[in-house]
Amino acid sequence: MDPPRPAGQPATAAGQSATAAGQSAGGDGRPAAAGPAAAASLDELLRGLAPRVLGAVLRRYGDFDRTEDAVQEALLAAALQWPGEGVPRNPHGWLVTVATRRLTDQWRSEAARRDREANAAALDPATRPAAGTPSAGAPAADAALTGSGPSATGGPDAAAGGAPAGLASSAGSASSAGWAGWAVDDTLTLLLLCCHEALSPASQVALTLRAVAGLTTAQIASAFLVPEATMTRRITRAKRSIAEAGARFGPPPDGDYGARMQAALHTLYLIFNEGYTATSGDELHRAELTGEAIRLTRQVHRLLPADGEVAGLLALMLLTEARRPARTTADGALVPLAEQDRSRWDRAQLREGIDLITATLPRALIGPYQLQAAIAAVHAEAARAEDTDWPQIVALYQLLERRAPNPMVTLSQAVAVAEVRGPRAGLELIAPLARDDRIAGHHRLTAVRAHLLELAGDTAAAHAAYQLASQQTTSRPEQRYLRGRAARLVDPQHPQRP
Amino acid sequence: MKYMLLIYSSPATWDALTQAERDELERAHSELYYELVRSGEWVGGNALADPSRSVGVRVRDGVPVTTDGPYVEVKEHLAGYDVVDCESLERALEIAARIPDAAICGVEVRPIMDVGGMEM
Repeated sequence: MDPPRPAGQPATAAGQSATAAGQSAGGDGRPAAAGPAAAASLDELLRGLAPRVLGAVLRRYGDFDRTEDAVQEALLAAALQWPGEGVPRNPHGWLVTVATRRLTDQWRSEAARRDREANAAALDPATRPAAGTPSAGAPAADAALTGSGPSATGGPDAAAGGAPAGLASSAGSASSAGWAGWAVDDTLTLLLLCCHEALSPASQVALTLRAVAGLTTAQIASAFLVPEATMTRRITRAKRSIAEAGARFGPPPDGDYGARMQAALHTLYLIFNEGYTATSGDELHRAELTGEAIRLTRQVHRLLPADGEVAGLLALMLLTEARRPARTTADGALVPLAEQDRSRWDRAQLREGIDLITATLPRALIGPYQLQAAIAAVHAEAARAEDTDWPQIVALYQLLERRAPNPMVTLSQAVAVAEVRGPRAGLELIAPLARDDRIAGHHRLTAVRAHLLELAGDTAAAHAAYQLASQQTTSRPEQRYLRGRAARLVDPQHPQRP
Repeated sequence: MKYMLLIYSSPATWDALTQAERDELERAHSELYYELVRSGEWVGGNALADPSRSVGVRVRDGVPVTTDGPYVEVKEHLAGYDVVDCESLERALEIAARIPDAAICGVEVRPIMDVGGMEM
């Protein structure tokens, strides 16, 4: 079954796609240079560097809002200059220098406008980088910024992953005050900062995509089908909320680590889901979000290899993404899991996902992402829909429900139970949900009821439920699918996927 | 989640307002607009011209036929709309309640359809 999409998750809508496509065509600020392959690898390099550069400058100046803007400007400058001038020998140092200069230029011009005395601290010559055009090679100051290696000691929360292994290339200055005992990687530190509890989930997602994934505001706006100005405001506001909450670049307070980590995984999950729901070609920019989510989750997994939930989330994403080629028709209609052409599933992603969850389950403290990945793996292992090991899926859903009770889990479980004990048993399981405020009136409850009624042979009730579900959903592809199901019940000749 | 806030008006209630009341209505709506822009929730919106400026278009047997005036004559007409992208329906309703027209005539909140979907 699919990972249940959390109720209340912000969804995007039609109506802006033309604008969004127009924005993204030339609005991402990363011009293609020597062919698409070179541009793609430069883009990849810059995105990988983004959080580490931001971390290096932040550690020094601490002003998240402005530093983040300055790093974006530095990335843009690199995207413009490097294709022509070549990638500098120390790209990280180049970006740190340019970002620092932007930051200090900004402070200087502000100081010129305002009271010099009040700004004297920010203008301390000691904090100013050497002037001059950045070129190949690391500036001396940068070596001092990034020189100290990651600490060898373990993480603050053994349950959440044991000792994080710092990336060899990471720039964690774990020895400085307040950082002791934390093997720091800037990517993880930034991710946890962007998932601060002062922000709404939608703001956490937007800020993570910019500060951690290194996407431009135009790219994020395009993915979420909102005007760029709207996304700019949202990101600015999110950064301010973090500042107002008094959060700093560094490990979260001891008691907050577990909750913040959970929020971070949820954010990555939301980014993935947002991309995964894209159903046709004109939403490809949105689909790229799945790639970003997998990339970031992979980084976190590399840092915290012993964290079972991080591994579980990565496996879940891989196993779900593997189905993408089969989950829609050429014209964007949804294909249910049971009817997907399994030969179109991505074998490499399936293999990686299955191996990962198989290796993780026996070792780690079990959690909801691992269980969802295990369910996806059971589906992946069935060559045909009718070969699915439904009893095992039911057992996994029972475990999941015990750990993370949620009406969406009950719904998926009911579908699996129906396969083992018949549709009436499934209907019994979902009956109490009609009185559950979290899901009563939700189209997924109605759609599952319709499916189970259809299996039970109650055609009239199934038809009415499919019709009702098609009115309740706010997704056009889902509406099309549900209407098609309803039509097929009254007219078996009705094309299954019109 | 994106919502369209459909703002209704009726000549009867509008005509009954004093100029000062109309100015206040404009001011309150523009204050809400700036607030939504700042919060990153505003996606778009416009005021619509008087329904007398509407032209109806119907195609019959492949031939477009136009008629002046609104599609249907009603006491209340669509006077404008705002599109917001916000956390929840509750928040959209809260915004709708702050549109001054809600106190005079009414505002309707409709979800905007998503282009994405989950396989079922």
